[in-house]
Amino acid sequence: MADTSMTMSGPRGAKPRKVLSGRNIMLYGILIVVCVYYLLPLWVMVMTSLKGMPEVRLGNIFAPPVEVTFQPWVKAWKEACTGLNCDGLSRGFWNSVLITVPSVVISIIIASVNGYALINWRFKGSDIFFTILIFGSFIPYQIMLYPIVILLREMGIYGTLWGLIIVHTIFGMPILTLLFRNYFSSIPEELFKAARVDGAGFWGIYLRIMLPMSLPIFVVALILQVTGIWNDFLFGVVFTKPDLYPMTVQLNNIVNSVQGVKEYNVNMAATVLTGLVPLIVYFVSGKLFVRGIAAGAVKG
Amino acid sequence: MGNSIEVKDLTLNFGSISVLKNMNLDVAEGEFVVLLGPSGCGKSTLLNCLAGLLDITDGQIWIKGKNVTWAEPSERGIGMVFQSYALYPQMTVRGNLSFGLKNAKVPQAEIDKRIARAAEILQIQPLLDRKPAALSGGQRQRVAIGRALVRDVDVFLFDEPLSNLDAKLRSELRVEIKRLHNQLGNTMVYVTHDQIEALTLADRIAVMKGGVIQQLAAPLEIYNRPSNLFVAGFIGSPSMNFLKGRTVDGGRAFLFGATKIDLAGYDGGAVLERDQAILGVRPEHITVSTKPPTGPSIPAEVEIDEHLGADSLLWLKAEGANMSVRVPVEGRLPAGTKVHLGLDISKASLFDAKTEQRI
Repeated sequence: MADTSMTMSGPRGAKPRKVLSGRNIMLYGILIVVCVYYLLPLWVMVMTSLKGMPEVRLGNIFAPPVEVTFQPWVKAWKEACTGLNCDGLSRGFWNSVLITVPSVVISIIIASVNGYALINWRFKGSDIFFTILIFGSFIPYQIMLYPIVILLREMGIYGTLWGLIIVHTIFGMPILTLLFRNYFSSIPEELFKAARVDGAGFWGIYLRIMLPMSLPIFVVALILQVTGIWNDFLFGVVFTKPDLYPMTVQLNNIVNSVQGVKEYNVNMAATVLTGLVPLIVYFVSGKLFVRGIAAGAVKG
Repeated sequence: MGNSIEVKDLTLNFGSISVLKNMNLDVAEGEFVVLLGPSGCGKSTLLNCLAGLLDITDGQIWIKGKNVTWAEPSERGIGMVFQSYALYPQMTVRGNLSFGLKNAKVPQAEIDKRIARAAEILQIQPLLDRKPAALSGGQRQRVAIGRALVRDVDVFLFDEPLSNLDAKLRSELRVEIKRLHNQLGNTMVYVTHDQIEALTLADRIAVMKGGVIQQLAAPLEIYNRPSNLFVAGFIGSPSMNFLKGRTVDGGRAFLFGATKIDLAGYDGGAVLERDQAILGVRPEHITVSTKPPTGPSIPAEVEIDEHLGADSLLWLKAEGANMSVRVPVEGRLPAGTKVHLGLDISKASLFDAKTEQRI
């Protein structure tokens, strides 16, 4: 026990530190260089998208626009042509929303229940089941593409949004299940036992005990799935048809269209628009994301 | 009237590993039974089986005259208190207490009544609207006990409830649990590895090892007449002194090295002559004197002298064996002193070295 009668005398508080120490100059110097390096492409894209075509042709890609115009953004959203459709990215945006929302919701619901059951309601062979599930995440997508096309065709949902949603849900399962299983394993088992003594069943414990304690990991799963599915190109192009192409595929078609002049400003605007959704998700929930990753990392 | 809990031929295997072996245990109505043993002896496992949190391999469990072997935990009429408190962190204390009752569809008025009563008994009324994170360890464990209390059940199961608390709080809550038992008269089964808790709380102690109950008896009986070497060595601190020797003169004396110890007054069965026997004597049942006493005594030399406050412990060497003796403070002796030990045979235990059972 420390002697409380002994009090400190003399100066108190932290020692003032030199702001311009060699260490600080190095540290902040490197941070600034790295920031510039990562922000420069975004700067070029936004600036170019705000210029008219005559100004773009001058070639000063770093210079801010002399005359700001939002015309390229409007065109990218509403008028840019891909194949026969000339309604811009808006069609692809709504397709992507219709694909992403159900895929994210369904895959997270199933994976979280999976993880919960694998930890708290072990059954014969549950470990083998889990191993096989995890093994699934190591198989390259390319191998599965053709078999899945045939499978979806036999089920009669090839080329529909629901076909793609099912594919996204299945492919998200291994990593999401692993995520939820590890998070739930960090929740003390006695809590689960106490809830059983209190008469809660499988769903009661899941909904009333586990779910309220697991918000961070749900946010992690949400971000992983939204960005993963929104940014997906391969599945979108393979499993749907042109009318239902997600935004990424449409972006590619706009940027790579060979007819006419290359409208760099429109392409840039379209690219920023496509990346906006994951960007917003990161900004809104970044803090929770870090917390969730850290919490899941403690055990498992 | 009958037993509150009856365990009949209970066996539990995890794969090929046998955790509980053919166990039988009857707990009378209102009795406080402590399951005591080292880690891995199966005491918590047995409690989990009683609670229905583990499915047993074979046997039956009866609670209050009902076969509950395959009943859900909530249907067994038990309340359980865990080592880690296991309070639901997102609910208030009131929420924690009412969770089980709401699951059982108890009417709200009845829930309020029971919570008020439990809160009064445990003196947690001011804490009812707090979250568990805002409570101290002792308060949390009180709430955990309250959660068992509101269920209004006949049987309380405690799984090392005090192990996470510091020493002072532990002894306070220990007394409180005892008081609770006196007040409510419920049947209680209490798991611990702490022999002080076991000796102070229990009506009967079940000492377990390797999935088998070694001895089931009242605390004093366990302490004074341990049924085998394991129980004798496990209970008591410092441990009982074990003198290896043999019985001679038709079982009337014990030969330890060169010293012949008269077994007259031994409280046990027929001693007979045995080649290998072990005489167990507790540290407080040995007297130390610097002058040779009139009767036979064991010569020894003091090695270490430990001062414990209320009394002291002498660690001695006698006939090549280490021994400990509890002596009053004024009986302290410096290291190297030659002494003579006298044993209180009426409180000693004699074991057969081969079967390790008490004679």
